[in-house]
Amino acid sequence: MSSETKQILTTDGIPLEVSLKKAERRNKIKAFLLVAPLLLFLIITYVFPIGEMLMRSVDDKMVTEMLPKTYKAMEKWDGKELPEEEVFAAFHEDFIKLVEEKREGKLSTQLNYTKNGFKSIIKKLRRKSKNFEEGNYKEQIMAVHKRWANVEYWNAIKRRAPAITGQKYLKGMDMYKNETGKIVSVSEDRRIHRILWLRTLEIAFFVTLFCFLMAYPIAHLLATLPMKYSNLLMICVLLPFWTSLLVRTASWMILLQQQGVVNDFFVGIGLVADDARPEMMYNKTGTYVAMTQILLPFMVLPLYSVMKTISPSLMRAGKSLGGTPIVAFWKVYFPLTIPGIGAGCLLCFILAIGYYITPALVGGASGTLISNQIAFHMKSTLDWSFASAMGLMLLTGVLAIYWVYNKLVGIDNIKLG
Amino acid sequence: MNKEFVKFDKVDKSYDGKILVVKDLQLDIEEGEFVTMLGPSGSGKTTCLMMLAGFETPTHGEIYLDGRAISSIPPHKRGIGMVFQNYALFPHMTVYENLAFPLRVRKIPKDEADKKIDKALSMVSLQGFADRMPGQLSGGQQQRVAVARSLVFDPQLVLMDEPLGALDKNLRESMQYEIKHIHESIGVTVVYVTHDQSEALTMSNRIAVFNDGKVQQLSSPDELYEKPVNSFVAEFIGENNTFAGEVSDISGGKCKVKIANTEILANPISVKGKGEKTKISLRPERALINPSDKMDNIYSGKIEEVIYHGDHTRVRINVLGNNQFILKVPNSSANMDIKLGKDIKIGWNSDDARALDPK
Repeated sequence: MSSETKQILTTDGIPLEVSLKKAERRNKIKAFLLVAPLLLFLIITYVFPIGEMLMRSVDDKMVTEMLPKTYKAMEKWDGKELPEEEVFAAFHEDFIKLVEEKREGKLSTQLNYTKNGFKSIIKKLRRKSKNFEEGNYKEQIMAVHKRWANVEYWNAIKRRAPAITGQKYLKGMDMYKNETGKIVSVSEDRRIHRILWLRTLEIAFFVTLFCFLMAYPIAHLLATLPMKYSNLLMICVLLPFWTSLLVRTASWMILLQQQGVVNDFFVGIGLVADDARPEMMYNKTGTYVAMTQILLPFMVLPLYSVMKTISPSLMRAGKSLGGTPIVAFWKVYFPLTIPGIGAGCLLCFILAIGYYITPALVGGASGTLISNQIAFHMKSTLDWSFASAMGLMLLTGVLAIYWVYNKLVGIDNIKLG
Repeated sequence: MNKEFVKFDKVDKSYDGKILVVKDLQLDIEEGEFVTMLGPSGSGKTTCLMMLAGFETPTHGEIYLDGRAISSIPPHKRGIGMVFQNYALFPHMTVYENLAFPLRVRKIPKDEADKKIDKALSMVSLQGFADRMPGQLSGGQQQRVAVARSLVFDPQLVLMDEPLGALDKNLRESMQYEIKHIHESIGVTVVYVTHDQSEALTMSNRIAVFNDGKVQQLSSPDELYEKPVNSFVAEFIGENNTFAGEVSDISGGKCKVKIANTEILANPISVKGKGEKTKISLRPERALINPSDKMDNIYSGKIEEVIYHGDHTRVRINVLGNNQFILKVPNSSANMDIKLGKDIKIGWNSDDARALDPK
């Protein structure tokens, strides 16, 4: 009998495995209880809202619920000719109920999103429907307004039938599903979202680039200076970090506006004429400057933490072996900082792509990002499902960037500190 | 052979403008020589090496390499190979790429470079390791790669900064022989820095003992051990029995030194006249028990401690008021009567008792 198959017992005669599990269980429960508050917090504040956002962005139950009988009747309708009396009767029944509950206004808003022109004909229908006689609703409704006799409007109603829709996502890409169900772009003069997406990517890219160019030498100094000076420099890097975002953004406004400090200085030294002060605020320039300054620490810190680990003897070795300082830097030092560059760039880019407050304050018309558009729909148009859809598109984009980065550089090759 | 292949000429070095780390250093190194700079930490030896490599500039004075003043030449133009304390292998390059680095920057054609790399790797018996990353190698192997890399571009001078410090004892000893053999076979000049005296004694042609920013003694290992010129060297190299006393007479190449209530005979090295304070240094193996009558210093002492060491026994004796007097007694049948608490006679020749400075 081999010793491996023999069950090992403790001195009390309990199988060892059972005893071990029992002993470990307490620790496991303790560990779980310790993380439980955080887990709960994360679920409530993170997982749940994101799920909610996902639901909201595709949710189109409202119309479906308001016109249940109509949609049931419409199931058989092919959408080519005007629907049968059966559909009109069902629609009338649903509509009367809505009017009783005073919800027909919402219906008209929703249907108007799908096709312009619904608002007025629904209002008219409400007025006229009070005097409707029983039976032959098709004739009566069509008589209210000529649009009610137009098959396109009935098709528009039918398009809202599914409880789940992707149309908000299409709208986010300046596209829509037309009457025949094909996905097409909106006319050129109405394409605002694509421009915003591209601008967001562009600004995030350049802000990351500027951050990298400025942070690399700073991080190198931080990592190589004697402790006395590097601590001071570190405080200089972190000080803005500890200052309120609003204060920093506002100070940029003071500095960069047309009557601001920087412009006054330029005029003072005769660089520009007083009547030709350059606009550095409320446009892209302002966004670039303010965002670069705000995101700089996110680039400096990962770079610094990586550079700190690079032994100075490596550069010396490179030089003593005959490499000029530039060769030694490029062949030896730089490749070793790539994990830090990757971490810093990813961090900056992802933060920049969703940046809101700074572009909103200093961006003007040409410097706003997609997040400002999201906020606009959240606060002004109250089209929350559209805001949710764009938020999710942004999230997907960030995850995609993360994925591409992982494929290209490898996520193990990242070092945040 | 160039007697002054490397020359430190009146070199001073200070980092903060207050303290001189290296003081008025005068040092000549012959071509093809293996010179070790030995000293306690903070003695200025690494600073000297860094000045030679070009990573530090002398505050005053000049360093010459093969007749050229090199203070104003940047490190990458000096053509000096260097092995660093922690090897400083490039972690993102394979062994091959590490060795190819100095050849590539010198624009040596690939086939010629490959030959040199093969040769260098076989010199340190690491053929077949070319495609490994440094992280996949053991400490000893990394060390060999570092040595190979410092030699692959045929420099005239190789500097080694405590290269064996991170290895365990056995590996360190075998690497000492290996580096010594490589030096002998290719005849390159080596300047080696260490604080480990046995390493220095094993490997070097000459040893420069550093202390307090100065070279205390520069001589061959045997001379350094047998004939230290001052107390610091005597105490730093090897084991040492000391007696502090005062010179009472000098004549005929010998001196009498008064210790406690007795006078002993010694070899005057750094004492000049009567009344000078001195410290007598005597190697433990130069004192014998049960000495023959020919020895001119014979005293009796009490055995205070006996430690068995296999091939020899260390015996601590209280003699002439010094209870730290160490003797090394070979384990032969003649010496079986060494027992704790026994009184024995010990003696030594006055030539071996060197009267040095009192420090």
